[in-house]
Amino acid sequence: MESFVINLLNGLSWGMLLFLISLGLTTVFGVLGILNFAHGSFFMLGAYLCMQVMHIIPSFWWGIVVGPLAVALLGIAIERFLLRQVYGRDISFQLLLTFAILLVLDDAVRIIWGPGYHVVEPPALLAGVFPLFSGTYPVYRLFLVIAGPLVGLALWLFFQFSRWGRIIRAAAMDREMAEGVGIRVPMLFTAVFAFGTWLAAFGGALAAPHQSLAPSMGERIIIESFIVVVCGGMGSFPGAFVGALILGLFESFGTVFLGSAQMAVPYMLLAAVLLVRPYGLFGREV
Amino acid sequence: MSAAHRTKTVLALTLALALFLAGPLILPIYWLMILTEILIMGLLAMSFNLLFGYTGLLSFGQAAFFGVGAYATALFLSKGGSSLLVGLLAALGAGALAAVVVGYFCVRRDEIYFAMITLGFGMMLYTVAHNWSGLTGGSDGLPLMNVPALNLLGREFSLFDPVVMYLFVFTVTALCMVFLWRVVRSPFGLMLTAIRENKQRLSFVGAGVQNLRLAAFVIAGALAGVAGGLFCLFNSMATPDIMHWAFSSRPVLMTILGGSGIFFGPLFGAAIFFGLEQLITSVTENWMIFLGIMLVPVVIFFPRGILGTLIDVVRTRTKHTP
Repeated sequence: MESFVINLLNGLSWGMLLFLISLGLTTVFGVLGILNFAHGSFFMLGAYLCMQVMHIIPSFWWGIVVGPLAVALLGIAIERFLLRQVYGRDISFQLLLTFAILLVLDDAVRIIWGPGYHVVEPPALLAGVFPLFSGTYPVYRLFLVIAGPLVGLALWLFFQFSRWGRIIRAAAMDREMAEGVGIRVPMLFTAVFAFGTWLAAFGGALAAPHQSLAPSMGERIIIESFIVVVCGGMGSFPGAFVGALILGLFESFGTVFLGSAQMAVPYMLLAAVLLVRPYGLFGREV
Repeated sequence: MSAAHRTKTVLALTLALALFLAGPLILPIYWLMILTEILIMGLLAMSFNLLFGYTGLLSFGQAAFFGVGAYATALFLSKGGSSLLVGLLAALGAGALAAVVVGYFCVRRDEIYFAMITLGFGMMLYTVAHNWSGLTGGSDGLPLMNVPALNLLGREFSLFDPVVMYLFVFTVTALCMVFLWRVVRSPFGLMLTAIRENKQRLSFVGAGVQNLRLAAFVIAGALAGVAGGLFCLFNSMATPDIMHWAFSSRPVLMTILGGSGIFFGPLFGAAIFFGLEQLITSVTENWMIFLGIMLVPVVIFFPRGILGTLIDVVRTRTKHTP
């Protein structure tokens, strides 16, 4: 029982982080039609910039506000000057362009902050542990379990009911038609990409006290969020939620039941879902 | 192809062949070894390009078959096998076999889904190599204790001599490339191009798109396996990291650099990749950032790659001069 609850909480907290990051990935794909390989690098930059801000103003809350905003600015520049050149081109070239951006950003992080590990302390409010059965459990992870669905719900309400959310969905569905009724689609695309990068970086800043920072942290997260997005259905909001939960739980319980074969769990999940439902759990045939 | 054009192509190929054969005479040993690696990785990239450039399938798991080939050769030779040829045939067979199984599931998917599912299967094979320590030696890899000598005309040549290794690798990769050339020029190859251009039309005229794709996938897997077998001989080692998706991105990058629409584009890309790596790592160890910076304009402005763009420039020039 005890180990079950702990694994459940571990799986949920990791799943919620994955959810936030996959949400940005799936939104960018749904609207811009680009599968962003560099999304994990934005996640990593968010974590590092949060840490950097905390060196100047020693408060986690400043870090989590300022860091992701800085990354979003970078996202705007990347969309304006690079991605805009390849809309409508073959999807492989779009994937490769974002891969090139990944190479640059990952190495840049390695040059600026060095190849070693860094640690970010959680804020005083969320530091420490609380008693759970015979042991203890970190408060910060519980915070992640609660914060994830709240952010997700807020975004879902925004997309579903606000005017801006409707405009974005309209542009995702039919770009030309949206332009026809007077929506400034290029600007909208920039905004959506900036939002996606902000979300990735926000996830990174949230993850910073949860794991140690290293230049390889983007690499793991991008593959896992690819898996979440493809399993859930590309561009699908509920798909990202369900996919992230499944993957998070599978991974934490996989360590118990499968031992070292646990490494293969995400890939087996991906293959299994794609074989049964080629467009993902919540995806529609395109 | 006009007669004049054909003579030019033959001339260019003969010149390239002569240069490659003259390699051991003009190059220092260090660069000869790099050239050997270029040939091996070039073969891997060309096997990838059969899927990407010709069939229109972006595979992000080609390194898995490369690794399967490397382990097949390593296992064969470490379990007492004594023939180089059989060792390489084992790599070819293992690569093809793995590709049959993986390809059966993958070829039904398109574009992003194909890229993701090949990545997934590739990483599964990586996990097997990484965790099945009893067979593969785990993360330490499988070292080759003895590399059998090459028996030729009654004389024995040791592959530990870089010149012999180079000539051996050159011969094998050249044979594979001739085979690949025949494949893409055959009716089968044309069907693959037709799949890339419009697979619906092709299936309307009665071709089995899935089976054709699977055949291409298996050929690519077998050639990647041979490249892996050569890589194992070259390094006297098979390690799991050559099966990771990060390694799978290499043939992709090389192909984009060189040009996916040109038969020798991937090989050219491999040469640029290693040449630049040598050049830049002699100054700084962060060479990936340079690769990324160079890749961005290639992808945006020269989608036909460096070799493809060069050929285009030469062609338009010769057309304009009377």
